[in-house]
Amino acid sequence: MDGLPKDSNGLYRDTEDAPVLSVVNLTKQFGENRVLKGISVSVRKGEVISVIGPSGSGKSTFLRCINFLEMPTSGDVYFLGEKIDYSVSGLGPKLQFQKRLSEFRTHVGMVFQSYNLWLHKTVLENIIEAPVQVKKESKKKATDIAMDLLSRFGLEEKKDEYPIRLSGGQQQRVAIIRALAMSPQVMLFDEVTSALDPELVGEVLEVLKILAESGMTMLLVTHEMGFAAECSDRVLFFDNGIIEEEGPAKDVLTNPRKERTKKFLSRSIR
Amino acid sequence: MLNLSGTIDLIARYMPSILSSCVIVIELTLFTILISWVCGLFAGIGKSSKYKIFSYPCRFYIWFIRGTPTLIQVYLVYFGLPQFGIQMPPFTAGILALGINSGAYVAEIFRAGLSAIPRGQMESARALGMTYTKAMRRIILPQVVRIILPAITNEGITMLKNTSLLSTITVLELTLQTQVVIARTFRPFEFYIVASVLYLVMTTVLSHYSDKLEKKYALSI
Repeated sequence: MDGLPKDSNGLYRDTEDAPVLSVVNLTKQFGENRVLKGISVSVRKGEVISVIGPSGSGKSTFLRCINFLEMPTSGDVYFLGEKIDYSVSGLGPKLQFQKRLSEFRTHVGMVFQSYNLWLHKTVLENIIEAPVQVKKESKKKATDIAMDLLSRFGLEEKKDEYPIRLSGGQQQRVAIIRALAMSPQVMLFDEVTSALDPELVGEVLEVLKILAESGMTMLLVTHEMGFAAECSDRVLFFDNGIIEEEGPAKDVLTNPRKERTKKFLSRSIR
Repeated sequence: MLNLSGTIDLIARYMPSILSSCVIVIELTLFTILISWVCGLFAGIGKSSKYKIFSYPCRFYIWFIRGTPTLIQVYLVYFGLPQFGIQMPPFTAGILALGINSGAYVAEIFRAGLSAIPRGQMESARALGMTYTKAMRRIILPQVVRIILPAITNEGITMLKNTSLLSTITVLELTLQTQVVIARTFRPFEFYIVASVLYLVMTTVLSHYSDKLEKKYALSI
């Protein structure tokens, strides 16, 4: 990754034709259990991709393999045309890969189902922690960026609260802001509304919608079919560790070709 | 037999030497706690390791320490090790033995605290580009410390009291000093009461401050 030209912000320069992120023939095996059986996806800049499918189909594992929270069993991940090295043996990822993996992760934001805000830090501290500690930004600059994001999403008066005092929806919005504060090139969303009370889902989807419209490159594992239909460019239907069907959102969701997809969609809540 | 003003005079006369032995108790306790945290941190993380080369020695250490009397462990270090040419002054042998002893208990406390932190705390730190070490230091350990504070204070108080065992290896701390005074005055009841009161003062101060610390940090989690 070091060989790529960087722009003035220290980010890797975009090349028009290269996908931001591509995954080639990714597999993942937990013991005897083959969770992913060869997944290949290319994500272009600004593209919003929804990943749907029954539980246990490997959607979340796929997302977690992209930023190596889960080490793939085989397959490659390319970021801006550059292959990301990873190692599966020995003491976790070997040391020489550790640094590059961490560097890669700063460009790929991830938001989790259970928010995972750090409980001992306030909202503001949560947001500026990684920019200051990892990107070595000044505390002042990081705070400015954080406050800007907080006010954009109507959370500025919560900046000194601890996560436990916030509603689920607020926590998840802070988690999204925390990821955004690193100015990532791609965002991964792992069922970010699944743990929320129904009346709180809307406020988080609203944030996702704003992000999608602002041109953020996004990969979402989701059960919100309405959102997938409205906001995503492409839908991947996962079943049993493979991509059973993929295509433009309208085609896959309203006019699926495969029997398996039809069955899944007819059973899921619209 | 209990002549009040005479007793008070007697106690006052020996008070300076008794109080100075309290300073020794405090020193012993602080060093012991320091050693126990280092031992406990490594043994706690080591025991939870999936690699047997780390987890087995840590398991053995914790099993041995918790299953044998503290006094025997003190004797092993002070009287036993010199047979192998490892000779230490009583003070050093004392804090080493008690520190290693307490470390085994701290390790278990620490392990419990570590497993109480949800997996997601580490994952979100790694996902933002932190290395394992940085995430451990900035995100996980501060939360573990808050959780284990009450248990770790308890262990500190136990250690303070256990320093009295070191009277048997000639460390002139409060218990041994009291015995010395009693040998001169033949007043065991009075002076053991004095020693008890002084131990009580020290343990109470310790738990008072840890209560304050606990309240201060409890708010944020």
